[in-house]
Amino acid sequence: MTSSTPLLVRALKKSPWVFHVGTSGCNNCDIEIADCLTPRFDVERFGIKLVGSPRHADVMLITGPVSQACREPLQQAWLEMPRPRAAVMIGACACSMGAYKDAYSVAGPPDKVLLEVDPDAKYIYVPGCPPKPETIVMGVVKLLGAL
Amino acid sequence: MAPIAEWLFFFLIFPGLVFSVLLGLVLVWVDRKVTALVQWRVGPPLSQPFWDVLKLLGKEVIVPAQAWAGGFLGLPFVGLAAGALAATFVWIAATGLAASPGGDLLVVVYLLVIPTLAVILGGAASGNPLGAVGSSRDMKLMLAYELPFVIALLVAVFQKHEIDGESVRAGTLSLSGLVDFQRDVGSVLLRPSGAIAFLVALLCAHAKLGFVPFDLAEAECEIGEGALLEYSGSVLGLFKITQAVLLATLPVLLVTVFWGGLAAFTVLGVLAFVGKIVLILVLFVLIKNTNPRVRIDQAMKFFWGPMTVLALIALLLAHLGF
Repeated sequence: MTSSTPLLVRALKKSPWVFHVGTSGCNNCDIEIADCLTPRFDVERFGIKLVGSPRHADVMLITGPVSQACREPLQQAWLEMPRPRAAVMIGACACSMGAYKDAYSVAGPPDKVLLEVDPDAKYIYVPGCPPKPETIVMGVVKLLGAL
Repeated sequence: MAPIAEWLFFFLIFPGLVFSVLLGLVLVWVDRKVTALVQWRVGPPLSQPFWDVLKLLGKEVIVPAQAWAGGFLGLPFVGLAAGALAATFVWIAATGLAASPGGDLLVVVYLLVIPTLAVILGGAASGNPLGAVGSSRDMKLMLAYELPFVIALLVAVFQKHEIDGESVRAGTLSLSGLVDFQRDVGSVLLRPSGAIAFLVALLCAHAKLGFVPFDLAEAECEIGEGALLEYSGSVLGLFKITQAVLLATLPVLLVTVFWGGLAAFTVLGVLAFVGKIVLILVLFVLIKNTNPRVRIDQAMKFFWGPMTVLALIALLLAHLGF
């Protein structure tokens, strides 16, 4: 049902609506995401809007390593997003497990968890502990440029 | 032109579907920009609502497994059609394009209910428990604001004026009739009864648009956008367009009923008309940005208590000639 016409891609770049999923991180990256929405950074200038349902979203912001308990909810939320869809892995844990590497309670980094259910998943990494709001905005911009 | 072709043009192009959608999206931008300025931000560019809708129309539509597909996909069209028809009637009467058929005030009141009903039924059809919560809240809110809204609109019909020692009332349910009457005797709004009724109607229209103190039906942080939760892609886009159409209709309805509509087809008259619409819109945005969300019981108490009492007082004052 999806056709990636140039106009749609342009519209997508002009209005990426983001949905935020915290997969049991330490909450620091989540606070930095909230910072992006404050008047100081004002991402609404670029049409970026935080929405409350994955059905409305184009981009999923994922923070933290994926714990065993969060694995299925994350996969379910990803499959609920309408195509075209993309993800941004925010912070060291979401990129490479960070301090939680080899911990008994984690199911893996989010990119591996997403690839289990959707081999075509598009995503980008934003490293940092936590990344600055500027870095997060730049990550989203680079992701949109790669579409 | 044959009357039927003329009315089709009115409905489809100006001032119906195409015009009200485009104007509505511009007004959505005004809303978002003024909100941004209130919050000391820069805000989105003018093209933002158009890109949003374009993107939504191009995205995949997912029908949830537990949903009633026919209603889930069909209701957004019903809501948009009713909204556009309401916009047609209101704009025709406000600008005096054609003689409005009698009783269109009542028709508009009914038509303006249908977009909300589409959201309620669509949320119920999606089969999502949070959608059902949103639907039930929207239904209760609608029951709450419709009563004072209709009473407030009737004030314009019953207001008594004195012309050469003779008392006259508009006494018509035709929107054009109300505009013509106000051209003779002055705006309804300028009398105490009219001012109170305008205030009540403004707050009811605010709740009808689902703006912040009364946005409990789509409270995004507690029930995740409520009734619209399961909607994605182009059907969600249709609901966004319908909201834009309502935003292009309700302020104009208030201007038409209480503030004389488009008084004269001159440059000054048109400027005043646009200024009134923008003023009402900015009032909406300021109320929206300075109030926290209320609970559903608080909203119902507010509309069935103070608002209905105020509307009845205004009706009494209008009857007595104030």
